[in-house]
Amino acid sequence: MTVHTRHGDASDGVTAEAVGGRLSRVDGPAKITGAAKYAVEQQLEGLAYAVLLESTIASGKVRAIDTTAAEAAPGVLKVLTPDTIISLRTASDWFGTPPPDKPYCPLAHDITFSGQHVAAVVAETFEQAVAAAALVKVSYDETPAIVDLSDGKAGDGIPIDAMTKEWGDAQAAFASAPVRVCAAYNTPREYQAPMEPHGLIARWEGDQLTVWEPSQWLDGMARTYAEWFGVSFENVRLVSPYIGGGFGSKALALSHGAVAACAAKMLGRPVRLVMTRQQTFTGYGGRAATRQTVALGADRDGRIQSIVHRGVNETSMDGMWVEPLGSVTSIMYATPNFSSKQNVVRVNSVVPGAMRAPGENPSAFGIESAIDELAYEVGIDPLEIRLRNYAEQDPHAKKAWSTRQLREAFAAGAERFGWARRAPEPRSMRDGNQLIGWGVAAGTYPVRRAYGEAIVRILSDGSVEVESSSIDMGQGTYTILAQTAAETVGVPADTVVVKLGDSRFPRAGVTGGSRLAGVMTGAVYKAATSALDQLIGLAISDPRSPFHALQANTLVVANGRIASPRGDGPDLSIAELLASIGRDHIEATGDTMPANSTAQDRYKNYTTIAMSLPHTEGDYSRYSWCAHFIEVRVDEDFGTVRVSRVVSALDSGRLYNPKLAESQWKGGIIMGIGQALLEEGIVDRRHGRIVNNNLADYLVPTNADIPDIEVISVGIPDLHSSVLGGKGVGELAIVGVAPAIANAVFHATGKRVRDLPITLEKLI
Amino acid sequence: MRDFSYLRATSVDAAREAAALPGAMLLAGGTTLIDLAKCGVTEPDTLVDITHLTGLDRIEVNERGATIGALARMGHVADHADIKSRFPAVSEALWQAASAQIRNMATMGGNLMQRTRCPYFRDPSNFPACNKRQPGSGCSAIGGVTRGHAVLGTSEACIAMYPGDLAVALVAFDAVVHLGERRVSVDDFFLLPGTTPDREHAIELGEMITAIEIPGTAAARRSTYLKIRDRQSYEFAAASAAVGIEFEADGRTIRDLRVALGGVATKPWRARAVEDALKGKVLEPETVRAASLLAVEGAVDHGANHYKIELAPRVVARAILKLGETA
Ligand SMILES: Cc1cc2nc3c(=O)[nH]c(=O)nc-3n(C[C@H](O)[C@H](O)[C@H](O)COP(=O)(O)OP(=O)(O)OC[C@H]3O[C@@H](n4cnc5c(N)ncnc54)[C@H](O)[C@@H]3O)c2cc1C
Ligand code: SF4
Repeated sequence: MTVHTRHGDASDGVTAEAVGGRLSRVDGPAKITGAAKYAVEQQLEGLAYAVLLESTIASGKVRAIDTTAAEAAPGVLKVLTPDTIISLRTASDWFGTPPPDKPYCPLAHDITFSGQHVAAVVAETFEQAVAAAALVKVSYDETPAIVDLSDGKAGDGIPIDAMTKEWGDAQAAFASAPVRVCAAYNTPREYQAPMEPHGLIARWEGDQLTVWEPSQWLDGMARTYAEWFGVSFENVRLVSPYIGGGFGSKALALSHGAVAACAAKMLGRPVRLVMTRQQTFTGYGGRAATRQTVALGADRDGRIQSIVHRGVNETSMDGMWVEPLGSVTSIMYATPNFSSKQNVVRVNSVVPGAMRAPGENPSAFGIESAIDELAYEVGIDPLEIRLRNYAEQDPHAKKAWSTRQLREAFAAGAERFGWARRAPEPRSMRDGNQLIGWGVAAGTYPVRRAYGEAIVRILSDGSVEVESSSIDMGQGTYTILAQTAAETVGVPADTVVVKLGDSRFPRAGVTGGSRLAGVMTGAVYKAATSALDQLIGLAISDPRSPFHALQANTLVVANGRIASPRGDGPDLSIAELLASIGRDHIEATGDTMPANSTAQDRYKNYTTIAMSLPHTEGDYSRYSWCAHFIEVRVDEDFGTVRVSRVVSALDSGRLYNPKLAESQWKGGIIMGIGQALLEEGIVDRRHGRIVNNNLADYLVPTNADIPDIEVISVGIPDLHSSVLGGKGVGELAIVGVAPAIANAVFHATGKRVRDLPITLEKLI
Repeated sequence: MRDFSYLRATSVDAAREAAALPGAMLLAGGTTLIDLAKCGVTEPDTLVDITHLTGLDRIEVNERGATIGALARMGHVADHADIKSRFPAVSEALWQAASAQIRNMATMGGNLMQRTRCPYFRDPSNFPACNKRQPGSGCSAIGGVTRGHAVLGTSEACIAMYPGDLAVALVAFDAVVHLGERRVSVDDFFLLPGTTPDREHAIELGEMITAIEIPGTAAARRSTYLKIRDRQSYEFAAASAAVGIEFEADGRTIRDLRVALGGVATKPWRARAVEDALKGKVLEPETVRAASLLAVEGAVDHGANHYKIELAPRVVARAILKLGETA
């Protein structure tokens, strides 16, 4: 039996509802009208409110916590300290590495960073908890802190051998190269700053824990809660229907979650805990500060002979975060000799975390600035030098690219931008007091692949329901899964209801690394295909079916109706067919796991990242690609930089919904503009504390900072990357924006800024 | 933020009386007050809401000048046709302040009373030392993160920058604050930190701003407010200048000039040295640039804010030259 579905590809002239169509976000109206209920907005009987207290020193020990006054304050139910909070077990990390057998306390005695959680107050109302928290007195024994990478005590750090990549003899080739450039590039601490701050409601019923919490990974977080409290995974339910922005920061269960769940258990009441905006800067990690040196040796035509790269990122005193700084360096350009090494330096900060394109983002700032410097050194156009060093295969893995439309991206972007009209000399384009500069840079992000599962139900009224524990944080999961199910089954998209964000639904791995769309469209496609198979099978074989007499070997479903391919015989709605055969629904589960997977494999797949498929698995190397062309205007007297034009051409393979993909690309570009010009966590070096920990002082772009952004899709379906041919979308576009801007600033002013952000005092 | 009681004032006198009680504070738009209460900087026992008082939101403009009620909203004043035509610097200062949402809530009186953005001032639990908050406790900013701190008018006790925009335009045009019957010039209304940085305004307990009066002058009519910052919108000034100019009949010789600086000083900063140097001179770029350097005479930096000393004269010069172009 064959099943006919209309199978689009990137070049289809598809309708909005089909895969590849520009359907608007199905969750949009609920969000715009305020009907969408976010995790901590649940109204629960008996809800109590917790607030956190944070350490005011960066290094040392808590000597004593005086809770007397707070405990006596109105409405206070409990004051939690490291001594009074219940003991938890250490949970495994996100690779699922078995944890050390020792207790875990989410409130700290030993202080390793300013802003560490030391106590919490729980009260009947939020206001009472806040008022009482001000009465808790914490005293400390302070010891000297290592405040950041430039601290004299920081040292060279720990070599991370797994990051070393070498071929040829890079040092010797660099030393003998006719043209050499070598410079250091730094990025500061940056923060995800999602609009919705982190927080949760935790409720225990016996040994069943329900957590309403914004989450990029329900199953992973449920595992962590289960391990902390020593209950089985099935006993923890995570609910996260909508997420007000994550950018990498909401993928893991964090200490504030543990505090709230402990408080709920100790009180026998549901507890709500939401971080203040200030706390979001230290309650979990932003992007680690990084330093890189990039040395490029080339011949006089600008052909790279050697790349020597050294990187350092900061991590915390007791956690390990590696921001892979050689990731783009090692694949962007063809070079016969290469060496990249990385160290990690411990400082007194919260352990850094994932933020949009961890690794690739700072890595691209280094290599894409350096190649621009080389272009000026040898006197070649910055676009031409990139083409001259184009990597025809993955220079590191030595494998063919699955697809690499980067040359097409350069061509399309340059054409649209008008790159050919660029005057080569720095400071050669101006408009009154404004120096104008044009910069280009490339970006890339690996295709991270994993497995997912979904249920598709065809209901008695002919509508379709999809369930998955994956999430939608604004990127469009609700919408593209509706499109996938609609197209596969053959019903209008508005008759598909997608339910996400509940760990009771069929499982999904982390929504991170731009993998979810590829994973989940695959799972829904499989589930929907098998539901359709069942439907058609029953229509043909069930004696009660009006199609039974037809003796057809297949039927087609389109627009919610079922008929024979030749149009002879009956033409029924799905509802009529189901009624005729006495079924109230048809249901199928689909997953993309290998056929012989065990239950253990499945658990590991959905609750850890250990089973993610390497992007260089098999014969191919899989990446998304982009090229950014950016114009800046720099005021000659004031040093202020304004981005006045952006044209980016991107290869994310096949787009499941171009409208939503374009929005994500533009969002990434906007965030890149913030990174280039504004964002920096500023540390008070005496206290080891971030002082601009609020959104008036930690600047992200406003609408006024953002010009029209033009994005062009140059992708083609890449079936080595995903079932339906898409590659990653969400993280790609931020990669390369900061160097494109820095390169444009150089072209405008003749000043090379190698420390982000490019604030005005660096240019006056 | 702790519990407080809320009182709705029924008259100006009642408001003044209630606000004179210990722990009481006037509440206007709340955009500064609520923020500072959340940071634990102000801990009012009673909030006296004055937003329901009638007649205090009037904007009257005539030949002699403008009188703007203390409760007029920033957004309304910015958009007022006569303010735009007769006091463009005032309208522009307001337009470039804060965000549209804040301007719709915030009042003119509240704006004059906004407090510094010094991060140490705003974080009492982490930085107990702050002479402005707690006289005699020291200054956490000196030796710390000073990128946004003042270079003019500082003292050993405090280097906090005055962050507002409106008052910079007001001080340039000799505006006067009405505290009921009492009148104080805007220049005198804002105090230098000296040894008492906790005292920022020449306003006494039981007084309330009722209106702001701006004399109408030719310089105010040809005026502008230029605000420079890294972010295009919704950021306090790295440096700003309110400038007004009146030419002699030849259209080139400067008869009257007003220059005030924002973003660089501990109070709205009138730069009379620049004014004096240019009055009677013909407006020429070189002369203007040289004279503008006088704006930062006596400036002292604390490291990271050094750029302000470079930047401020350039902002002044650009603003003056821009007005000259429209001559
Ligand atoms: C994120 C952010 C960015 C901002 N950016 C800018 C900017 O770029 N430029 C700028 O100029 N401002 C800026 N502001 C400050 C803003 O303009 C002020 O918060 C606002 O003007 C205060 O007015 P309000 O009516 O809300 O005052 P409130 O918050 O109600 O009151 C402020 C203070 O004034 C007192 N007060 C109020 N009315 C009177 C009165 N009639 N008489 C005596 N005392 C009174 C109150 O007791 C209180 O102490 C910003 C504020 C925020 C929060
Ligand atoms: S500069 Fe002034 S406001 Fe800031 S900490 Fe020092 S005394 Fe306080």
